[in-house]
Amino acid sequence: MKKEFFTIAKLLKENSRVLDVGCGDGELMKYITENITENVRGLEISKANIQKCIAKGLTVIEGDAEKDLKQFPSSSYDFVILSQTLQAFLDPEKVMNELLRVGKKAIVSIPNFGHWKVRLNLLFKGTMPITKNLPNEWYNTPNLHMCTIKDFVNYCDKKKIKINCPNLNYVNFFSELGIFIIEK
Amino acid sequence: MNKIDKIKKIVIEKPLKLDCGKTIQNFPLAYETYGKLNEKKDNAILVFHALTGDQFASGKNPITNKEGWWSYALGPDKAIDTNKFFVICANVIGGCMGSYGPSHLDNSTGKPFGTNFPVITINDMVNAQYNLLEYFNIKKLFSVIGGSMGGMQVLQFISNFPDKSHTVIPIACTASHSAQNIALNELGRQSIMADHNWMEGFYAENKKNPDKGLAVARMAAHITYLSKKGLQEKFGRKLQERDDLKFGFDADFQIESYLRYQGSVFVDRFDANSYLYITRAMDYFDLTKQFNGNLSKAFEKTSSKFFIISFTSDWLYPTPENREIVIALNAIGKNVGFVEINSDKGHDSFLLDIPDFLNAVKNYLETSYKKIK
Repeated sequence: MKKEFFTIAKLLKENSRVLDVGCGDGELMKYITENITENVRGLEISKANIQKCIAKGLTVIEGDAEKDLKQFPSSSYDFVILSQTLQAFLDPEKVMNELLRVGKKAIVSIPNFGHWKVRLNLLFKGTMPITKNLPNEWYNTPNLHMCTIKDFVNYCDKKKIKINCPNLNYVNFFSELGIFIIEK
Repeated sequence: MNKIDKIKKIVIEKPLKLDCGKTIQNFPLAYETYGKLNEKKDNAILVFHALTGDQFASGKNPITNKEGWWSYALGPDKAIDTNKFFVICANVIGGCMGSYGPSHLDNSTGKPFGTNFPVITINDMVNAQYNLLEYFNIKKLFSVIGGSMGGMQVLQFISNFPDKSHTVIPIACTASHSAQNIALNELGRQSIMADHNWMEGFYAENKKNPDKGLAVARMAAHITYLSKKGLQEKFGRKLQERDDLKFGFDADFQIESYLRYQGSVFVDRFDANSYLYITRAMDYFDLTKQFNGNLSKAFEKTSSKFFIISFTSDWLYPTPENREIVIALNAIGKNVGFVEINSDKGHDSFLLDIPDFLNAVKNYLETSYKKIK
């Protein structure tokens, strides 16, 4: 399992209600079900991934986070997880609002465009950066709204969303991925 | 001995109050079973059939000598694996495969009921079939499953008996029959009733049968079970055993010949009045209205796990109508999974060999069964 998922799982509480938005093939959900809480649901857009989730015995709803989060009642989950997809939505702000409405807390991870490798790439090569977390070319990347950790923290501050990120400048330079637990 | 007398039946002695206000009792309910009920009696699945289905879901139908309607999905090692599960399927009341229906004899006249048979609803069908749990001494089913009208029965069942099934699988259905579907059913009914052999429903005692009307009803309905793309790919404009158009009204095109065939074989196995009664039951189905416009309330009392399945090319019970059920369940935090299966075979997809569909059902049942153990 991806290292990121272990980090996310550690943020969850036992017996809490968890919604994994864009749960993919259900790897994280399966780990959470077996180790933390059985009360886990997924929302996933890919039919092939849903089949994999069903085979794992997971409860998943086919749907698009941008359209289908609205059917979930407010504060119906203790945690709503969104892993590395915020930047791929047409309207990330709308999705953020929905995550914070449905979940008492949201766990959001973002690939950091402020990482030093990305900065060097752009500075010296003069091309869009390609890294482990950003593997695509500019013309075929699903990422529409790239941001840095600093951008994300600034956004949360501006919108009065509670977020905790000590040593922001340091983290923004050295982290490839930001994982945050946020709440309204 | 008549073939129809060999059908397994229970006689329901308890009075059943129908939605129309009438009460019926001592009436037969025909059923079939597949697989074995285990000692703990925790492996039973109740399968509900669709409009023209019957209790012979799998294997050879002894009356028609054709494969059961759900042979792709139900049987040993199949999606609903009868090596593991005990499956019960009953003929709905109003039907014509041994259960109490309009072709049944009315003891007060000695003649078939015809249109003197009471109008029945999906709710009545489900309440009648509930007696099978008592008959088999099953406290709680493992699953209730059905497609199309079978899916409507699944929804009504769990609403009526919220603690009687661990899992609930409505497929390609709706919680409230749409205007388009009522319209299509009305087309079929009018076709039957326009046949002068229908005789206000009393054709049997007059030794007639409204074959033509029933065949046209089936032809029209059959089109709605397919998709435009499916029809185009299978038939296109291909001609039927001829090199050129004949400038007449014979079946020039393969699609015409196919539909005529579908109509003609249907009248051999289905009763015209049953078609009227069952389509009416579908039209009357509105679970949302039963709960004063709030579908969520229908499921409030159940802690069952739901798995809802729709098909991309199904325009009769399209994905948005299936999704409404998902939304109603989500609104009250129920355990609900949902997938829309890719298929260009239209509404009929749930009856066909669609691997993504069959795998999803198999995996869902088997992983869920392990959890109740």
